[in-house]
Amino acid sequence: MLQVENLTKSYATADGRTQVLDGVSFGMERGETLALTGESGSGKSTLLHLIGGLDRPDSGQISLNEKKMTGLDDRGRSALRRGTVGIIFQQFNLIPSLTVAANIAFHARLAGRHDPDWVERLTDRIGLTDQRDKYPEALSGGQQQRVAIARTLAARPKLVLADEPTGNLDEDNAEIILMLLLETAREAGTSVLMVTHSLNLAARLGRRLHLSHGRISA
Amino acid sequence: MTVAGLQALLSHWRRNPWQLFTMIAGLAMATALWSGVQAINAEARASYDRAANALGQGQYAQIVGRDSAPLDQAQYISLRRAGWLVSPIVEGELDLEGERFRLTGIEPLTLPRGADAPAPLELSALAGFIAPNGEILVHPDDAGTLANTDHSFRPDPGQTRGTLTADIGLAQRLLKTDAITMLLVLPDQPLGQPPLSTIDPSLVLVEGQGQGDVARLTESFHLNLTAFGLLSFAVGIFIVYGAIGLAFEQRRPVFRTLRTLGLPLGRLLALLAVELTLFALAAGAIGIALGYIFAAALLPDVAATLRGLYSADVTDTLTLRPAWWLSGLAMALGGTAAAASGAFLRLNRLPLLASTQPRAWAADAQSSHRRMAIIAAFLGLVGALFAAFGSGLLAGFALLACLLIAAALALPLTLDLMLRLGSRLARGAVPQWFWADTRQQLPGLSMALMALLLAMAANIGVSTMVSSFRLTFTGWLDQRLASELYLNTTSPEEAALLTGYLEDKVEAILPIISIDTRIGDLPAEIFGVLDHATYRDNWKLLDAVPLVWDRLAAGDGVLVNEQLSRRENLSVGARLGHDTVLGVYGDYGNPAGQVVLGMDAFHARYPDVAALRYGLRTGVADPKAVADDLRRKFDLPPDALVDQARIKAVSLQVFERTFSVTAALNILTLSVAGFAILISLLTLATMRLPQLAPVWALGLTRARLAALELVRAVCLAAFTGLAAVPLGLGLAWVLLAIVNVQAFGWRLPMYLFPLDYLHLGGLTILAAFLAALWPALRLARTQPDALLKVFSNER
Repeated sequence: MLQVENLTKSYATADGRTQVLDGVSFGMERGETLALTGESGSGKSTLLHLIGGLDRPDSGQISLNEKKMTGLDDRGRSALRRGTVGIIFQQFNLIPSLTVAANIAFHARLAGRHDPDWVERLTDRIGLTDQRDKYPEALSGGQQQRVAIARTLAARPKLVLADEPTGNLDEDNAEIILMLLLETAREAGTSVLMVTHSLNLAARLGRRLHLSHGRISA
Repeated sequence: MTVAGLQALLSHWRRNPWQLFTMIAGLAMATALWSGVQAINAEARASYDRAANALGQGQYAQIVGRDSAPLDQAQYISLRRAGWLVSPIVEGELDLEGERFRLTGIEPLTLPRGADAPAPLELSALAGFIAPNGEILVHPDDAGTLANTDHSFRPDPGQTRGTLTADIGLAQRLLKTDAITMLLVLPDQPLGQPPLSTIDPSLVLVEGQGQGDVARLTESFHLNLTAFGLLSFAVGIFIVYGAIGLAFEQRRPVFRTLRTLGLPLGRLLALLAVELTLFALAAGAIGIALGYIFAAALLPDVAATLRGLYSADVTDTLTLRPAWWLSGLAMALGGTAAAASGAFLRLNRLPLLASTQPRAWAADAQSSHRRMAIIAAFLGLVGALFAAFGSGLLAGFALLACLLIAAALALPLTLDLMLRLGSRLARGAVPQWFWADTRQQLPGLSMALMALLLAMAANIGVSTMVSSFRLTFTGWLDQRLASELYLNTTSPEEAALLTGYLEDKVEAILPIISIDTRIGDLPAEIFGVLDHATYRDNWKLLDAVPLVWDRLAAGDGVLVNEQLSRRENLSVGARLGHDTVLGVYGDYGNPAGQVVLGMDAFHARYPDVAALRYGLRTGVADPKAVADDLRRKFDLPPDALVDQARIKAVSLQVFERTFSVTAALNILTLSVAGFAILISLLTLATMRLPQLAPVWALGLTRARLAALELVRAVCLAAFTGLAAVPLGLGLAWVLLAIVNVQAFGWRLPMYLFPLDYLHLGGLTILAAFLAALWPALRLARTQPDALLKVFSNER
């Protein structure tokens, strides 16, 4: 489903250019869960951003469902994020002026795939049915991340990209969130590519890739 | 996608109604001030057009007597017999029920058809109008005053206040004259007419003008009003700019989320444009409604001003005109676009992966201080070039615009330097934190403070100009109105009778004799004056040859007023026709040019013109006793004799009303600036907790923090006030030395009024204190758990 081939990316810094990704290649099957680990600055988030169409590679190719992403313009990459890929951030990135229910439904509505029953099931699944009319500011960090997960899955993406989704949470909450993400993704038939520092959490996923100095090392 | 995106964007305003109110209120106020001024201008211009059309002064040629001598019936008949299609008009002043009206007599059957037809031209009303004691048209508001007279009046909303229109026969009877003031020349004349000079050489054909004299004379007054309307609009736009900037900054994470979830940049920008357009239309509509109320409240004063200053008849009832409300909406849309353009550009450049910085907007603003200062320096240079090489009213306003914008742009850097100085001088932890924190707040407050600077400078500048004008004007009135009594007569015979009686009862009888003419294609008056000590002792000439009064009496030349001197470039020694200019005198409050001849020279040139008004120097006699005696002896109406005090009072009243509009605009602009500070403080207050919570945790009480917030607002207002003083004085200088000279034709000395400035400074500090009070009270009442949340990891 996902094919990454020979991906490179560098950034301009005060000392010249820094190579962040240096010939990264890997693939993912439909429904597969993959953990991406590595030390800080190893290029994990950059790789996630490139796959999510949030940034462009210097060279290399990304194909999703056999469709090449590299040549897409802003409109095409926006359509990709809307319809095929869902991204979950460490900072939740909820819309503060929308209620919990509206936030969950939002991505699906944007993608034109709003299914009220599915949204209701997801809301129930994350245990926030009685908080559905509250605004994000009234929720704890764990609850906000649950809303973010539900929002992503409500749009039925083919691939969920999760950038340290539990990085802001305590251990108990992190465990709950991860379980929730994996279970709901499995129910929806969605693949999950998750960036994490934690080897414990990585072990819960089907496969693990380690990035070091911009290269896949294991 | 579009609906979901728009809903997400709009939901921000539902959750932040105060911010929405700020933006709508700022834009509505800006539009109100602008459209209010435009409504006044539009109404005044419509009145000029109506007057010009009704009298034919604008679009139709006129036949008048040489040197403005009145025409008689025989001349009219001889012209008609020679084939000239003309319509007679008579004009004059009429006292009714203690009020003076301007009466115009028309001949409805021959009046040009293209003219703005008054009601009697409708067939149904014609009979009543042309009957021997026919109906007189009057403005509905004047009809009540005249209800008890013997005449029959017909209310007509098309009539301007203080004017009457009657059939020419009736008008001549009421004005006690057989004369005709002018003949309107109909546009379609038969071929083969004999030339005017062969019919009667004393007749002069004055070609029609595209624009009436009144409109041309008052153009500068309206330009002044427009400039102030624009300034007020600019102050309002500062609020909108601040509100939009803040709203965009607060929504930056939302924009990023929307983009991340797949909303294309172009769609996001389009949705934001739709959102702002909706707000601009709503605010524009509210602003236009407020502007209408504002204009309706001020129009009577403006009408009085224009009547007093330019003898221009302007109705004081406002009509809804599509042109001004459309222009109001256009300004609201344009103002919003201008205020939002920077935010749109930033959003367009915003990288999708830019980290969300809570104070990025402020940081960006801080980094732009230097850029703004560079632009300010450039504008200052352009302004200096305008001052050095520019000419005309537009150059004056361009200089003003450069000066004001440059000062506003330089303000943040100036304040930053002041605060840095305060920071260096501070001793102790709290003062040091206070100054550093105030510097951090500056970007968020700078727009409001710039608005305050402009409003204060406009206040100082305009009040300096008006007060300088008032001082000069009152001094000038004392000089010019030296006669203790003024006598008005209705005919040369009555004048001869009364002056004969007064000869041994008063010290001097000074005829006030003049004719109307045109110099340089604009109206002017030529006066004759006696060689008398009254003029030598009281008239202070701005420039003159030696022995000017002797030479004037000897007929060696003429005096001209300042406005004519400037307009026609007539300095002392210059030639005006065959005459040498012997001196230039100040003549404030009069838009028309004036030429003064010695009395002998005047009579030699205009032997048929007789004096009907006289200034009476009563000497040792009691002016009141002289007036009472004359009234008793000749059964004179009250207006036949007017004492000096009454004329001065009326003149001063006209003066005060002249500037009432400016004063109202000043107060409104200052209020808008005060509102801008309140709004900025309130919106900043919502972002303040993360900055204040650590200081609170270190031991400063909430009450003390709130008190420091008040001190901060007062300090910033005071610093801005200090910066506004030199700017305001610069503005006053430009108004007095450049704009007034171009607009009115006279230059006034500039006086300083330190007490007034202190008073304004006090008011500003009070306004800033009151604006800061609410946010400070909210801070003082903030619950500890709200402050503690700042330290929560989960946030």
